[in-house]
Amino acid sequence: MAQQLYLIAEVAGRTVAIDSDQVESVVDIGEVTAVPRAAKPVRGLAALRSRVVTVVDTEAALGLNGCSLARRAVITQIDGHHYAMLVDTLEDVAPFELRPLAAGIALEGSWRHAARGLVERDGEPILVIDLSALVPTSALLS
Amino acid sequence: MDDLLQDFIAETRETLEALSGEIVAWESQPDDRARLDAIFRFVHTVKGSCGFLDLPRLERLAHAAEDVLAQVRDGARVPDRALVNAVLGVVDRIGEIVEAIDAGAALDDSGEELLIAALAEGSEEIVLPTPVTQRAPSRSVRLGVDLLDRMMSGMSEMVLARNELARRLRSGEIDPAVEAALERLSLTVGEMRDTVTRTRMQKIDALFSPLPRMVRDTAGGLGKSVALQIEGSDVELDREMIEVMRDPLVHIIRNAIDHGIEAPAERRAAGKREAGRLCVSARQSGNQIIIEIADDGRGVNVERLVQKLAASGVRSERDLHALPDAAKLELMFHPGLSSKDIVSEISGRGVGMDVVKASIDQIGGRVELDNIPGKGLRIAIHVPLTLSIISAIVIGAGRQRFAIPRQSIEEIVSERGEAIRIDQLGGTPIVTVRGRRMPMLDLGELLDIGREAQGPRMLVIVGAGAGSYALAVDSVLDNEELVIKPASPVVMATGIYAGQTLPDSGLPMLLLDSAGMARVAGLDFSRDLNAAFGDVVAEEVAPGLPALLFDDLDGVRRAVPLAAVDRVEKVSASQVQLAAGSYRLAIDGRIVPLAMQGALDGRERLSVLRLKDEDAEVAYAIDEAIEIVTLPADISPSRSPGPAAGVALVEGEQIEVLDVLWVFDMHVDRIAAADAPLCLLAGDKDGWLATFVRPLLETAGYRVTTTLAPGETPAVVLAADAAEPPTPAAPVVRLRRKRQAEAGDDSVYRYDRAGLLFALEARIGMRGGR
Repeated sequence: MAQQLYLIAEVAGRTVAIDSDQVESVVDIGEVTAVPRAAKPVRGLAALRSRVVTVVDTEAALGLNGCSLARRAVITQIDGHHYAMLVDTLEDVAPFELRPLAAGIALEGSWRHAARGLVERDGEPILVIDLSALVPTSALLS
Repeated sequence: MDDLLQDFIAETRETLEALSGEIVAWESQPDDRARLDAIFRFVHTVKGSCGFLDLPRLERLAHAAEDVLAQVRDGARVPDRALVNAVLGVVDRIGEIVEAIDAGAALDDSGEELLIAALAEGSEEIVLPTPVTQRAPSRSVRLGVDLLDRMMSGMSEMVLARNELARRLRSGEIDPAVEAALERLSLTVGEMRDTVTRTRMQKIDALFSPLPRMVRDTAGGLGKSVALQIEGSDVELDREMIEVMRDPLVHIIRNAIDHGIEAPAERRAAGKREAGRLCVSARQSGNQIIIEIADDGRGVNVERLVQKLAASGVRSERDLHALPDAAKLELMFHPGLSSKDIVSEISGRGVGMDVVKASIDQIGGRVELDNIPGKGLRIAIHVPLTLSIISAIVIGAGRQRFAIPRQSIEEIVSERGEAIRIDQLGGTPIVTVRGRRMPMLDLGELLDIGREAQGPRMLVIVGAGAGSYALAVDSVLDNEELVIKPASPVVMATGIYAGQTLPDSGLPMLLLDSAGMARVAGLDFSRDLNAAFGDVVAEEVAPGLPALLFDDLDGVRRAVPLAAVDRVEKVSASQVQLAAGSYRLAIDGRIVPLAMQGALDGRERLSVLRLKDEDAEVAYAIDEAIEIVTLPADISPSRSPGPAAGVALVEGEQIEVLDVLWVFDMHVDRIAAADAPLCLLAGDKDGWLATFVRPLLETAGYRVTTTLAPGETPAVVLAADAAEPPTPAAPVVRLRRKRQAEAGDDSVYRYDRAGLLFALEARIGMRGGR
């Protein structure tokens, strides 16, 4: 199976792998404008040069109670809109082979919804997540 | 308008260039459908644009060619060499005229009639002259949108970089020379931004400004009268969108005037105002621009749409009937379906609505239809807002700033202001601004961000569709032109934002959607809508009758319907003569019968109402005209025919309304028209008929004679007693001396005026009926 570049990051205290095709850039987010009444995972809006991005609190998007204090974000584009997905730390970018989740593994809560499989780094399994699954959509909200 | 013309020239020139190959190919292969369609689209577009730009010559040419091509498309005509040549002639001519317009040169229109005539079936083949090109160097270029987009985002970057630079420089000591340089940079960047923005954005006025003329001409051509109302011309829209919207808008408006708005007589019969109303408006709502075209015409006959479509065999009538109402209405966008069968210059041949739909789909927009049969049709085109610049007010709430489109703001007042009252109505705050009561929304509460600032709040009165409400905010900060971009779906899902923007501060800001906030807060204005609508209808249905109030000669105050009064004039008593039993007024070199109630009483001067009805004229003497009033619709009619038509209540006073018809009936001099029925008097030995009956007959509108001129035939013969009628061809009415008729006698007693006239009319009528 062909290898694919993955970004290894820490989200909500867990190490995850993100398909590099989904990643446009990695930035540090400046001041964020809150969006009152928006869904909880929406931290707000931030300016990225002349572009306005919607900042998504990945921890909240995963249904966790915590509130990410991270300033670092992965920029991804979904349906023509740009989102900044907050990540705690970025560790590595490396090619890996995507494997299916082993049979019988039942992931907790929203992790299951975002999981796409796993990669193995030096024998350590890392969950591959789909960023677009973490962006709350209007369809899901209603 | 010049911009539009330039665009039209550039576009036509470009299409012509692309088309020249097609035309040649079509010439060699006239049954090639794709080529035919390409040429058809070209002339159709030219026709549409010409109507818009008021270029009648081009329009006539294009329309003629379009007609012929449509016939070819329908298979009604075979494209022979003569036809191809004629069409090519027209296309060439269009090119020549366009070049002439661009060069500002005059081009004589000789030969155009010939070109059009050559399109007719069976006409002679024409010799194509070699087109003479006289192209002027163009001052406009066409650019790809991508390039403009890159320029636009580069510009935004530059603004932000300048802001950053300025911030850094000002944080420390700054050399005045550097400061001046920065100042100049700022100024240039600001100007550049405006210019660059203008390359991409255009006021929708560019789309709306030619409409008044177009509506007037279109309506005039159909013998209709249409009042156009335009709103929201200053909404800015992407140029690309404006280009795409142009043709659909023209189609929709022409359709509305041609098919929607009824002829004046029909409107009157339906109890509407004679002049149709057409309202074209643009507004921003959420992340879209809504262009609305509403008319108060007859609406769409959905049943007819279904029948026509079923008849064309696309789907069975049962299938179509099973569709939900909204889907049935959408059938009007079905290709090749025009709800009217008559092909007219105005709205073409049904290429309209499906083309409209296709264009709007292309830009990701959608069309909403709101049809009220008999009352009108409202078409709302929702255009997605890719990018727009709006003038906005920046307000503060909590620790945040928000923008509100200026367009939706009616006014801004302080809550401590004069004539402002805030009350709690059962727990709901309401505001009374100068007597106008409206609901109040606290932005801080709505957004759950609390209050930061102290002091009085500001009330921003915003319109939200049908009603208005007061939005309480902490502060009103600024007035800015903002580039609005759509926010991500998750932000839009809140329903209270219209988009996002990046002001010069570099910190993103949200644009509030006033209608959305009202919806989220549960404010319901639908009742207002009904009330407003009801008011308008009531006003229109009973407009009352405008009338002139006057004091009559006999001292009575009367009213006369204004429509009957040609003018009021002062005349001298010497112009009035009592002659031949009635008063007559000599005026304007003519003698006009003068009617009056009361006496002239030796007045030297008097006022007269000149009453006119077609060619009949009567003057009515009055004491004094007072004012124009509106009579209520219900007038109590008088019990017997006479000078009063009835009594109306005007400002609590009972006013007699003059019966204009009665005045005409009693006073107009009867002049027998040349085609009046001829009545022959027969057996008038003692001259009784000629003396006594003749005036009666003439007053009743007959021509009377005692001897027939050669070739004349009477319509009826009036015979005294037993006199033998000279011409047996005409019906005969006999007069008898005795009051009582004997059995089988159909004669009329000679003093029975009414009976005589009735008998004459009946006999003539019988003859005519035979």
